[in-house]
Amino acid sequence: MVKGRQGERVRLYVRGSILGYKRSKSNQYPNTSLIQIEGVNSKEEVAYYCGKRMAYIYKAKVKKNGSHYRCIWGKVTRPHGNTGVVRAKFKSNLPPRSMGARVRVFMYPSNI
Amino acid sequence: MAPKSVRKVSRNPELIRGIGKYSRSQMYHKRGIWAIKAKNGGVLPRHDPIPKPEAPALKPPKFYPADDVKKPLVNKHKPKPTKLRASITPGTVLILLVGRFKGKRVVFLKQLPSGLLLVTGPFKINGVPLRRVNQSYVIATSTKVDISAVNVDIFDDKYFTKEAQKKKKKGEGEFFEGEKEEKSVLPQQKKDDQKTVDSALIKAIESVPDLKAYIGSRFSLKDGVKPHELVF
Repeated sequence: MVKGRQGERVRLYVRGSILGYKRSKSNQYPNTSLIQIEGVNSKEEVAYYCGKRMAYIYKAKVKKNGSHYRCIWGKVTRPHGNTGVVRAKFKSNLPPRSMGARVRVFMYPSNI
Repeated sequence: MAPKSVRKVSRNPELIRGIGKYSRSQMYHKRGIWAIKAKNGGVLPRHDPIPKPEAPALKPPKFYPADDVKKPLVNKHKPKPTKLRASITPGTVLILLVGRFKGKRVVFLKQLPSGLLLVTGPFKINGVPLRRVNQSYVIATSTKVDISAVNVDIFDDKYFTKEAQKKKKKGEGEFFEGEKEEKSVLPQQKKDDQKTVDSALIKAIESVPDLKAYIGSRFSLKDGVKPHELVF
């Protein structure tokens, strides 16, 4: 997002995509979402990302707080399965239209 | 009388919780009560109570509550500053993850009593002034700068608090005049502090090849770069 000044664009987040809600075959539980983080392919690699905050950013027609962009904050809670998918809980549940959309996984709270 | 100090360890070692090794009479002998009594002619010395300072006269309260009022438990706990990660030592180069200066590499000076980290650009190199930052929003790299020449004793949390805003009373006349331009200018003292800290630091940085360019540049994730595989 442009901040009204020409600055270097630094990306300090990892891209992720929203796969859907935590679910069984015929029931879904929208309070937890499943996220695929780019470059993470195993349960062991997820350990770094546990607890990291993430943001789902979307656009809206009405300006709120001076911006058309809005955000839902959340955090990575635990790995999901063996191949690097991650469970996440957001401040309010993600809307269904977010499935397949981008999420930003930040590097904080950092422990390095 | 020699000043009495409270003994930290009991003279009676515990065999099991609640049962000491020595009996009452053995403890009497160990504590030397017999010697104290002998010094005082066969009785335990008795001291007159220290006169208490005059308590101010209390008025009888106007209101007695109908039921007993519970008093909250006393809490003498004093908060400690957050535990500093082992990777963060004075002189470490840190990467800021949030805020106006995100991505900037910055030198760590010391941990303030509130737990926040005191950090500086140095200002001349990357535009980051003396600033406080929280440990969780920072990545510590393994690069260290020699910080022995810098004196950071004057900085503490009070140095960084905002000036208390004076309340402006809105009168009719002022309303029409428009809002007054209140630009808070950084006091010269702070600018001088920045210069003194930075001059010593910049010398240490310039002595290491390429370090100045490193600190001047910003950190960013690139395509294919995975943070969980990076070694900082």
